[in-house]
Amino acid sequence: MKCFIDISNGETAKLSDVPQLSSNDFRKIIIDEVAQGSRLSALFGHLLPGGKVLIYAVLAQKETASLLLLSSPVDGKYPALTPDCEQAHLFEREIAEQYGVFPEGHPWLKPVRFPPAGRSVEDLFGLLPGNNQCGVMDYFKMAGEEIHEVAVGPVHAGIIEPGHFRFQCHGEIVHHLEISLGYQHRGIERALLGGPDKRSIHYAETLAGDTTVGHGLAYSRILESLSKCKVSARAQVIRGVAQELERIANHIGDLGALAGDIGFLPTMSYCGRIRGDVLNMTAVLCGNRFSRGLIRPGGVGFDIDAKCIENLLKKLETVRMESESAVDLLWTTPSVLARFEGVGQITSAVCSKLGLVGVAARACGEAMDVRQDFPYGIFRFSHIPLSTWSTGDVFARAFVRWLEVQRSIAFIREQLESLPDGDVMAPIGKLAPSRIAVSMREGWRGEICHVAITGENGKFVGYKVVDASFHNWFGLAYAMRQQQISDFPLCNKSFNLSYCGFDL
Amino acid sequence: MLGILKARLFQGHRTIKFPDGPAPELPDKFAGRPQIECSKCPSDCGKQCVDICPTGAFAASNDDAITPSIDMGKCLFCRACSNACKNNAVSFGRTYQLSAVKREDLVVKNNDTSERVVRNKKVCDLFGRSLKLRQVSAGGCNACEADTNVLNTLAWDLGRFGIQFVASPRHADGLLVTGPVSQNMREALLKTYEAVASPKIVIAVGSCAISGGPYRGQKESCNGVDTILPVDLFIPGCPPHPLTILDGLLRLIGKL
Repeated sequence: MKCFIDISNGETAKLSDVPQLSSNDFRKIIIDEVAQGSRLSALFGHLLPGGKVLIYAVLAQKETASLLLLSSPVDGKYPALTPDCEQAHLFEREIAEQYGVFPEGHPWLKPVRFPPAGRSVEDLFGLLPGNNQCGVMDYFKMAGEEIHEVAVGPVHAGIIEPGHFRFQCHGEIVHHLEISLGYQHRGIERALLGGPDKRSIHYAETLAGDTTVGHGLAYSRILESLSKCKVSARAQVIRGVAQELERIANHIGDLGALAGDIGFLPTMSYCGRIRGDVLNMTAVLCGNRFSRGLIRPGGVGFDIDAKCIENLLKKLETVRMESESAVDLLWTTPSVLARFEGVGQITSAVCSKLGLVGVAARACGEAMDVRQDFPYGIFRFSHIPLSTWSTGDVFARAFVRWLEVQRSIAFIREQLESLPDGDVMAPIGKLAPSRIAVSMREGWRGEICHVAITGENGKFVGYKVVDASFHNWFGLAYAMRQQQISDFPLCNKSFNLSYCGFDL
Repeated sequence: MLGILKARLFQGHRTIKFPDGPAPELPDKFAGRPQIECSKCPSDCGKQCVDICPTGAFAASNDDAITPSIDMGKCLFCRACSNACKNNAVSFGRTYQLSAVKREDLVVKNNDTSERVVRNKKVCDLFGRSLKLRQVSAGGCNACEADTNVLNTLAWDLGRFGIQFVASPRHADGLLVTGPVSQNMREALLKTYEAVASPKIVIAVGSCAISGGPYRGQKESCNGVDTILPVDLFIPGCPPHPLTILDGLLRLIGKL
C-alpha cells in the first residue's frame, strides 16, 4: 500500500488519492521522514461530515523538491507525535484546540489561540463557551530561592502587536520563557470556508499585513492551481519584484530596529527612513505601501509602464547606496558587534529539531529557502543565491538579512531590465471539486504554507494557513535560555515574528 | 568614528518640510478620497459597484433615483468598485485628507468634495501643545501599526509637533487603536483605556478599527473600536498613508 502521495509545490491532488493510514502508520512515517531530513510543513485537522476528524500532514522533502501528503482518521484520540518529533508540538496543540482531539502522551498540551468562536461545549482545556479569557492557562513555573517570574503583555511598550510573555528568572538570567498568544485571533481560516468569495483575497492580504505579498501569493496560487489558470510571465516578474521589495523593506526595517535596541542611533535613524523609501517603491507599483490590491488570483492588479520602471530603477540605486552606507556601520563598529555576537544563540541541531524556517534557520547554517528548494513563479527561471551564516546568534540573523537585501536588490534590477511583454491578468475559472492544493512561498520571515481542500461544489471546505512565525516562535523562546532578560528586546527583534500571522 | 561621521554627511538631513513646506510626494497610483458622480449612472445600471464591494462600504438605494455612497470607514480602497463601473462614475482621487471626528462624516455622497471639520476645541485646549498616545493593536494586521510607527522616524519626526507615543497608558493622554478589536483583545483594550487618566481621547486608525473592515460581522471580532469606546478621531484607509494619519492628528490638535 502506498503511504503517501507526492506533489510539486503549488500543485493539487485528488482528495481521494491521499492515503488514509492508521494512527500508528501515520505516526511512524512522519517520524521516519523527519528523521531523514524532511520537514513537517503542515499538520492539521479537517472535520468530516459525521463529526470524524481527518488529520493531514504535509512533509517537505527538499532532495526531491516534492511535498508528501498523507492522512489519518482519528476518533477522539491518537498517540501524539511530539515525543518523537518536536516539529509537531504546536500543530498537535492546535488540532487539540480546534477539534477536541486528544494527542495521548503530548508533553506540553496547552491552548494555542483561545478561539472564542470554536467552543460549543467545554473544550479539552476546560474552557467554557462564552469564556474568552485569552492567556489564562497553566504556565511552566520554576521553584527555588530567589527564582522570580516576570510577566509582560499583552499590551507592551512600543507600537507592536499584543502577546503575553512569561520569564522564569534567577537574577538577570532567563531559564525559561513561555510565550502565550491568541490575542490577534480573527478567525481567518474559518472565514475562508465556503469561499472563495469577494472577501477572501482581503483575508489573505491581511493575514499578516507586513507580508501582504507573501500570503497574497500563496493564496492566489491555490486558486490558480485549482482552476488551471496560467499566470503570464509578465505578471510573474511583477510578483517577484513585489515580493523582494517586501523582503528588502522589512529586512532594512529590522536592521534599523536591531540597531535601536542596542542604542546605536545612526543605523536606526537611516534604516527607519530607507525602509519607508522601499515601501514607497511598492507604492509606485500599485499605489499602496503594503502592496494592497497588487497580488490578485490570475496575475497582478496593476501593470507597470516604462516610466514606472525607470522610476523604480532610479529609486533602487538610491536605496542600494544609502542602505550600504547605513548598514555597513553595524559590521564595522566594535560596540555593535559586541552586542550582536553570541547573544540568543541556537545550534543547527536545535534548529532542525524545532523545525525553524526562513531567516532564523538560515542564520543557523541551514540551507533552506522555498525559492530555491521548491521554486515557484519567476524563481523557477531566475535564482536568487541562498544566504546563510552559521553562528545562530543575533549577529547571524542580522547578517543574513543584509545578505538577502543585497541579493534581492540585484534580482529586482535584473528583472526590471528584462520585463517580458504580455497581459498581467488571466481569468480564474471554477475551482476543481474534491481536491487538495498546497502552495508554499518564501515570505520575508520564511516559509508560508497554504493548504486548501475543496468540496463537491468546488468551494473551500478546509483551509489551513501556516505562517513562518508558527514554526519560529518557539525558537525565540529557546534562544532566550540562559540569556539576560535585558537582551529580550534584542533577541525578539532578531526574529521579528508575526503575532497576527500566528493567531490567524 | 570617522565612518559614522562620513555616513552622517552622506545621509544628510531628511526630515520632511511638511506642514510648513510641501507634503511628501504621493505615488501616481495613490487611492485617496473616493468621488461619485451620479450624473454618470444610467437608470438601468446593474449596480455592480455595490455587489462587488467586499465590506459593504458601497451602498445604493433605489428610491426614485440611484443615490450611491461610499463609507470610507468601511472602505479598503481596493478599487473593486471603480474597476467594475463601466461609466466612470466612481473614482479614487488624490486627496489624502480623509479623517473625521464624526463617524457619519466618513460617508461620501454624490459630488461630495466638502472638507470635513476635524478640529475639536476641547482637544485643542487640552492637548494642542502636548499629546502623549499609547498605541494598542487589537487584532490589527501590523500594516496600520507600521505606518503609524513610521511617523516616529526622523523623516516624519512626529515629536516636533508635541505628539509622542509612550510606553505606558499611565503616561498617556489617549489611545490610538488599530485592528477590528478581536474578542481576545477586548478586555485588554478596556483595561488599557481605564488605565489612562481622564480627560482622554481615542483615535481609531484604519478601516478595521473604524468598522471591522474585512472582519466585519465575524464573531471573533467586535466590528471596530466605537462599539466599545467613545472615539474622537477616525482615520480611514487600509492602511492609511502616513500622511493621512499625520494630517488627522495635526488637525485634531489644531496644528493644521
